[in-house]
Amino acid sequence: MSGHSTYQPQGAFMKWMERRLPIASLVYSSFIAYPTPRNLNYWWTFGGILTFMLTVQIVTGIVLAMHYTPNVNLAFDSVEGIMRDVNYGWLLRYIHANGASFFFVAVYIHMARGMYYGSYKEPREVLWILGVILFLLMVATGFMGYVLPWGQMSFWAATVITNLFSAIPVAGHGIVTWLWGGFAVGNPTLNRFYSLHYLLPFVIAGVVVLHIWALHMVGQNNPTGVEPKDEKDTVAFTPYATVKDAFFIGVFCIVFAYFIFYIPNYLGHSDNYIPANPSQTPTHIVPEWYYLPFYAILRAIPSKLLGVTALGASIVVLAFMPWLDTSRVRSANYRPLYRQFLFIFFAAVIGLGYLGSQEPVGGYVLAARLLTAYYFAFFFIILPLLGLFETTKPLPNSISESVLGKGAPAGSGGRA
Amino acid sequence: MSRQRVIVAAAVLAASLSATAVPALAQGPPPPPREHWSFSGPFGQYDPQQLQRGFKIYREVCSTCHSLKLLSFRNLADPGGPGFTEAQAAAIAATFQVTDGPNDQGQMFQRPGKISDYFPLPFPNAQAAAAALGGKVPPDMSTLAKARSHEGGFPQFIFDAFTAYQEDGPDYIHAIINGYTTAPAGFALPPGGQYNKYFPGGAIGMPQPIKDGQVKYTDGTPETLDQYGKDVAAFLMWASEPKLDERHRLGFQVMIFLIVFTGLLYFTKKKVWHDVHEPAVSS
Repeated sequence: MSGHSTYQPQGAFMKWMERRLPIASLVYSSFIAYPTPRNLNYWWTFGGILTFMLTVQIVTGIVLAMHYTPNVNLAFDSVEGIMRDVNYGWLLRYIHANGASFFFVAVYIHMARGMYYGSYKEPREVLWILGVILFLLMVATGFMGYVLPWGQMSFWAATVITNLFSAIPVAGHGIVTWLWGGFAVGNPTLNRFYSLHYLLPFVIAGVVVLHIWALHMVGQNNPTGVEPKDEKDTVAFTPYATVKDAFFIGVFCIVFAYFIFYIPNYLGHSDNYIPANPSQTPTHIVPEWYYLPFYAILRAIPSKLLGVTALGASIVVLAFMPWLDTSRVRSANYRPLYRQFLFIFFAAVIGLGYLGSQEPVGGYVLAARLLTAYYFAFFFIILPLLGLFETTKPLPNSISESVLGKGAPAGSGGRA
Repeated sequence: MSRQRVIVAAAVLAASLSATAVPALAQGPPPPPREHWSFSGPFGQYDPQQLQRGFKIYREVCSTCHSLKLLSFRNLADPGGPGFTEAQAAAIAATFQVTDGPNDQGQMFQRPGKISDYFPLPFPNAQAAAAALGGKVPPDMSTLAKARSHEGGFPQFIFDAFTAYQEDGPDYIHAIINGYTTAPAGFALPPGGQYNKYFPGGAIGMPQPIKDGQVKYTDGTPETLDQYGKDVAAFLMWASEPKLDERHRLGFQVMIFLIVFTGLLYFTKKKVWHDVHEPAVSS
């Protein structure tokens, strides 16, 4: 996908094929010869981890769909049937349910890495925006998947979230009725969520192709934020990035497997093992953990319409980061002030996540409002102003200088 | 240096926020005491003897009101379960009366249960249960042990991840069985309600279901309320999570494989990157 391929087809068939469909040279230039900065750290392995997780979710999801029944009277029992009577059904379902959580763990780390190292800046704006679109698609897919087991939390999460659209002036209630396919969350809702939950992962896969295409046009960012200048600054994707990604996918899988096999219900809510009951509201409706910061922002604002707007804005604002950030220096390693404000931002998001899991009473409401204010101030005040006032540290002349130039000569330094 | 300052700043921020937040919490029931379970932890397995005792309690006590509709008699002979033989499970099934039909005359009829049958419902429908039991429908017990939990709060929930604690359901069931006491002075008990200190709100619709010595054990296990609570909670955990034994066994194999495989990948990575990290030209 980038530059001219140096691929030389070997053998009569590959030469014949190359003149008709040069797929081998595409793979060669994109995943073998593709130059990656030599100084990438392990935070850069999360793109590969996300691709791996998408594959895991699609494969387990397709098999689960073979046994699942999208009907309000049968859905809960069919999921329990998967857990009890399908061969390794318990494993498939626990992989898929925890896989959603770990997909979000990986995407949050991936996004945080992009924010820390300024990966959204020129010329990577489109790459970044495609990432925000992928995140939105993941949010929608994860939400609809959570509804499918048709437990109490499924039903009430669906009710609460779809009701958010009723905040839209004039058309709100019409839109909600249209989304439900009726006058309450019911069988038509479950059916369409199932259909869309099956469709959206393939939309995600398509946008991932665009994301990788855009990545290969502009090349990867790196911890210095300085573009590679010559051959010394890069290494070939294969074997260097491939083996590094594979190793860290392994590490990720160890943690993932710990959750699947030892604490499979830790990240879920016990109420979702109670079949959905429209006439009984749970005492405390909470979304899955990965939506909690946004849920806290929603509840921090007293007006429903403004709350829903803030909820949407908190995600959409990410797409404008390339233009809100006025600094020309990419990496936070060379931006001491940005680095501090960014770490406080990360702490604020984690704090919002905790507050989203608690009842919105007393001091929690005040805390959520303060953190919400910081969340938006970070984007609309701190980012634009920092670029004007911050004194940045001197950048290295090249990646190889930053790797090899400082400290003792290569070989005598400490080993990792 | 600057990293430390940031961490301190974040910690101060978090601490001040939680300081403002803490007094807001309402008081709930006390946390259920954490019991010792044979199936807890990464290597835990069900104790078939305990599951058989728990099944006896379910059968003689709980099944009067509570259904167990997702379980079939054949499950009693499944590996990782109470360890009945297939013949024993069929014999248990035959002691239940099951509604079948319609027959050639179009009539529903009663017959002894077969091993392929599901546990029959104690009431034909939820309305019948509510009418017989003072307006409350007793919950189905098939997933009950996973449908009950106690929010440990921060920082308990972080420790629970590392200690692989997944037994808040059985702990809660055991606590409820043992939680019937006289209501504290001034507690307004609604009509038909019983006081149970572990039940949210304090007033539970279920009368105390079991007392010391009520169910006879043949293996010498003490016939105490505490032991009954543990045995029936273990049985209900198995009913909710029948593949736990297999999950723990397979999990160990997967973990060993992943750790060895990832270790090999690490050394492969080191070898591949060796020349990049220590280039021959730069000395």
